[in-house]
Amino acid sequence: MRFGLVMGEAASGLRRNISMVISVILVTFISLTFVGAAILLQLQIVQMKGYWYDRAQVAVYLCTETQATGNCAQEEATAEQKAAVEAELTSTDLAQYIEKFEFENHDLAYQNFQTFLSDSSYASFVKPEMLNESYRVNLKDPSNADVLIESLSGLAGVESVVDQRKYLDQIFGILNAASYTAIGLAVLMLIAAVLLIATTIRLSAFSRRRELGIMRLVGASNRFIQTPFILEGVFAALIGSILAGGAIVAIVQFFVRGYLTTALPSTTALIGLGDALLVVPVLIVLGGVLAAASAGFAINRYLKV
Amino acid sequence: MIRFDSVSKLYTSNPRPALNNVSLEILKGEFVFLVGASGSGKSSFLRLVLREEKPSKGDIHVLGQQLTTLSSRKVPYFRRNLGVVFQDFRLLPQKTVFDNVAFTLQVIGKSKGFIQEAVPDVLKMVGLSGKTARFPHELSGGEQQRVAIARAIVNKPAILLADEPTGNLDPATSQGIMTLLERINLGGTTVVMATHDAGIVDQMKRRVIELIGGQIVRDERQGGYQTQSMPIQTFGMAGTDGEASL
Repeated sequence: MRFGLVMGEAASGLRRNISMVISVILVTFISLTFVGAAILLQLQIVQMKGYWYDRAQVAVYLCTETQATGNCAQEEATAEQKAAVEAELTSTDLAQYIEKFEFENHDLAYQNFQTFLSDSSYASFVKPEMLNESYRVNLKDPSNADVLIESLSGLAGVESVVDQRKYLDQIFGILNAASYTAIGLAVLMLIAAVLLIATTIRLSAFSRRRELGIMRLVGASNRFIQTPFILEGVFAALIGSILAGGAIVAIVQFFVRGYLTTALPSTTALIGLGDALLVVPVLIVLGGVLAAASAGFAINRYLKV
Repeated sequence: MIRFDSVSKLYTSNPRPALNNVSLEILKGEFVFLVGASGSGKSSFLRLVLREEKPSKGDIHVLGQQLTTLSSRKVPYFRRNLGVVFQDFRLLPQKTVFDNVAFTLQVIGKSKGFIQEAVPDVLKMVGLSGKTARFPHELSGGEQQRVAIARAIVNKPAILLADEPTGNLDPATSQGIMTLLERINLGGTTVVMATHDAGIVDQMKRRVIELIGGQIVRDERQGGYQTQSMPIQTFGMAGTDGEASL
């Protein structure tokens, strides 16, 4: 009986305020879509980090005839120098951090170069001896790369020691910036959404001020008076959040899975539908809670006399 | 039932108190007229009893509750023991007579069965049993006030507050309303009625409390609108002065 009455009041409020309700729905829809996109970007970053950090190596580049940087003096690294590096890598100090390491000689480096960078403009000038020989080290924990850099970069015949994760960090930086932009936009839109909900509820309360006055007079509890208004706000926001959830799933399904997977090399780890479905409940809860809070706040201020 | 202990009420915008050191007690089953010029504090008195306002000074006890310390959360439950009627009826225009009365019971959570029984009963008591499906605008002023009274008493309150209930009605209709209020009072409900209607007060011979400038100047059993006892006549003059200076 009471439940029905409360729902009836909420429904009549929604009907009376239909244009405001639609704008609330649209604004929550857009803002939560931004929130969802930001979360997806973060998930994508985590995913890529997980994938690439495991494969990222520390490369110990050895000197070539042409180089004068690092410890090089335009001389090819000698066999003794290589042996010294290798000895250092197998020493007990470093071995505990290292999973495995490989040696990449000029020919192998040239092969790899041709495979990955064959279409670059200087590919035709490059000769095998111009490319550094290197030790490719896989670490047990990639974050310990500094230890290797410190102990190896001083050795004779070593041109440089590079943590490949640095290259990835640039990509992550870009993705991070994109997700922060999305969050920033989302916050602005959410503020608009919250204010819009508060205004809508106040309008709705104003149009029902006669009933409210009588309710207060005959002793309807505050909770009973508030609930229909809060439900009204939550209902509108929930529709918006569900739409936003749908949009997020659609983006992942059609853009990420449908377009990006074919457009990008197959090694790129992309988020899947599972991640999108993880985001949807977050959006719905966020929308509902924000709407309930702002509607409750709005009607509370209206009730106080 | 209702007790005021040295109650004063000041509104921030007005240096003159709406009620000034008022002490009085109204007992169970009494029928009390509250008379006085506009601005004498009658409405403030009723608002304080309803706990729509808190007094600036003094204590108010209503139905065993001390209103000054009653938490806002409990106010709705306190108000369920009071019925209120206004000069302007305050009915919901889009609801029928039945629904207007039922609304009161719905919002305090009464069951459908209870509503189906109580509402026709009370409408019969106020003499509207044939008009339950009408809308307020289809009724005369007197009938609308009867609906408002039905709404006020359907929950069987211990106290009925009436703020100039006959203010918009012609004398004959007012008479009918008074008969109804008297009947409600006979049922044991305490009735406090603020009014300007001298004829009614004189005829009913009930307790009369007169307010001037927020002070009680007369509290008379079986009184009339103008006091019959000699010495207080001068206060009537003071009242006129007070009104002129408003």
